[in-house]
Amino acid sequence: MSAETLPYTVHPHPITGVYSGKLGTWLFLASEVMLFGALFSSYVLLRVSAAHWPGHDETHLSVPIGTFNTLVLIVSSVTMVMAWASLKMNEFAKARWYLAATVVLALVFLLVKLFFEYMPKWEHGHRPGFSSFFALYYTLTGLHALHIIGGIIVITYFLLPGSALWKKDPEYYTNRIECTGLYWHFVDLVWIFLFPVLYLM
Amino acid sequence: MAGSHADVRKHVRTYLMVFGALAVGTALTVAASYVHISTGWNNAIALVIASVKASLVAAIFMHLKWERGVSIWWTLLICAAFFLVLIFLPVLTTFDLPRQAQHGMWG
Repeated sequence: MSAETLPYTVHPHPITGVYSGKLGTWLFLASEVMLFGALFSSYVLLRVSAAHWPGHDETHLSVPIGTFNTLVLIVSSVTMVMAWASLKMNEFAKARWYLAATVVLALVFLLVKLFFEYMPKWEHGHRPGFSSFFALYYTLTGLHALHIIGGIIVITYFLLPGSALWKKDPEYYTNRIECTGLYWHFVDLVWIFLFPVLYLM
Repeated sequence: MAGSHADVRKHVRTYLMVFGALAVGTALTVAASYVHISTGWNNAIALVIASVKASLVAAIFMHLKWERGVSIWWTLLICAAFFLVLIFLPVLTTFDLPRQAQHGMWG
């Protein structure tokens, strides 16, 4: 790291009341709410103006697969928060295992999505151009999947090269993991709404 | 904020309880979707359960329950206000507003 270090990475900023990384992450998440919000807004607009909206007997989205992936993401949120809790308790080795588990679960989610959902749907002709529903389905779940990929990249960074920071400044590292967690839980939170909206409603 | 080791140890128990609640919530959502009442009620039930689950994630996993930073609460408040506008704006398109202005709501 350079000689000039960022201020307020560990201690709360006197004006904002939190360390700056945390406020930055929350501002970013607020912009993410607007991004997904615009798409949910499009969903509402298309649905209320549609003469007919397909139920899950027509879309053939698999509720068991969707439920499985929901649980995978919930467990990954638990492992993510446990990684932070382990760092707080000075158990670095444990934290790394939890981070690794989070990455594995994220990959499971993506592979299930790709091989058991996108590919069979695509082959059956249920592509984005098939209906308003499938246009929304691919846009919403696709954007969400991009966020999963982003999370995998960030967590892998902190698991491998980024973990050198633990030896130099453990509190700073712990805070960066907390911010990563905030993002990861947000991705889980979006899915908590996507699952019922697309699979069950 | 979570300071001492003992605090965090207590939190870990909470995290596991929340995990249980989220798993039960997921099972409830799926089960409720198989009991057909009416589209409106089914959708309302699904959204209420999802909101409860999301609140648990935000409060416990995202540490908002212990958050004392005012800047974060202001960010969230403004964000929530704009989000509600985004979601309810398209619902307004189902009302024929110019017509209603002329003839009244039921005219």
